[in-house]
Amino acid sequence: MYTTDLSGKKKAEAVAEDPAKLAAFEARVAADDFIEPKDWMPEAYRKTLIRQISQHAHSEIVGMLPEGNWITRAPNLRRKAILLAKVQDEGGHGLYLYAAAETLGVTRDEMTEALLSGKAKYSTIFNYPTLTWADIGAIGWLVDGAAIMNQVPLQRTSYGPYARAMVRICKEESFHQRQGYEIMMRLASGTAAQKRMAQDALDRWWWPSLMMFGPPDDKSPNTEQSMRWRIKRDTNDELRQKFVDISVPQAEAIGLKVPDPALKWNETRGAYDFGAVDWEEFYSVVKGEGPVAKERMQARQKAWEDGAWVREAARVHAEKRAAAKLAAE
Amino acid sequence: MSDPNKEWPLWEVFVRGKGGLSHRHVGSVHAADAKMALEHARDTYTRRMEGVSIWVLPSAQITASDPADADALFAPAEDKVYRHPTFYKIPDGVTHI
Repeated sequence: MYTTDLSGKKKAEAVAEDPAKLAAFEARVAADDFIEPKDWMPEAYRKTLIRQISQHAHSEIVGMLPEGNWITRAPNLRRKAILLAKVQDEGGHGLYLYAAAETLGVTRDEMTEALLSGKAKYSTIFNYPTLTWADIGAIGWLVDGAAIMNQVPLQRTSYGPYARAMVRICKEESFHQRQGYEIMMRLASGTAAQKRMAQDALDRWWWPSLMMFGPPDDKSPNTEQSMRWRIKRDTNDELRQKFVDISVPQAEAIGLKVPDPALKWNETRGAYDFGAVDWEEFYSVVKGEGPVAKERMQARQKAWEDGAWVREAARVHAEKRAAAKLAAE
Repeated sequence: MSDPNKEWPLWEVFVRGKGGLSHRHVGSVHAADAKMALEHARDTYTRRMEGVSIWVLPSAQITASDPADADALFAPAEDKVYRHPTFYKIPDGVTHI
């Protein structure tokens, strides 16, 4: 799973930095060198990374909810075991990313608090409901597919801990996409009702998946700086185009139709022309107006509050044992 | 909730990929104690047989060199090329050396 930078409405504030240090930093990044936690970095770089990595982590964690919803209703044991493993992976991805963000000086609790208070964003895609089993197929195929497209270039992102987390995540993500496609494939070759269910899921998830790449380039103010700092390696529109180009033949191969009347192969460009994304919908979902945005945050809130006594008890128990051990020495 | 002192401490995780290899740093986990850190490390970093052995240690216990000292620490090795075998010219025809 993945989120693009959603809070970048305005450019990062300029902080007065030591020009010599800044120049050395820019040169290192331009030479594709990696920046490590204790290295000097401009404040804006640190802040942008904390925002981007923590949003990404939140997306993984919130992303467990729409799919977790179907674990008990998976159609057979094989699908259930696969879905459990996938949802567990998403939790793992969230943890790799939180750990990477923590190396920049933010605490895990600060990030959790930012998510629960609504201050931090997560991928808008998870504010859509999963209505049928086919949605689990569509999410794996399209949502994880879009995530892979976004994440593969980030394996070479300039911040070492983020790049290393992305390497692990990308290795695991392709199973997610394939299991989703397999669900769609099976439904599409099943009864008429099953095929309709698969088509319906594609119809509902196609456009939100295209939105996962973030606003169009001319409305993405931080793109230029993020590309220069190698925090981002391709523009939103470039990735979106790539995603359309590979996904359309995948849909055709299993007899499903991408819900876009404007979709047309453009021989000259060697790419598909496609219809306009409804950005009004995107921005309203970013603002928390997605169909199930409230439910998602209530679920996270409940998990956090219900777990409070466990966190507290384990900590106090460990402290007591450590003290007792010390006293015995 | 935002009191960082109340968080479970951070542990660094090292995994031995297979027999014959050394443990390698793979990431970190939060845990109340060492046993829990091992369990979390196992769930987080070895879901696909990535390892045969795990080490965890409290992050606070690591002493690291300062990147600002990198020159002082590592640059002196730069001009000691005689530490490498290629520094020495051996006549053609002399073999096994």
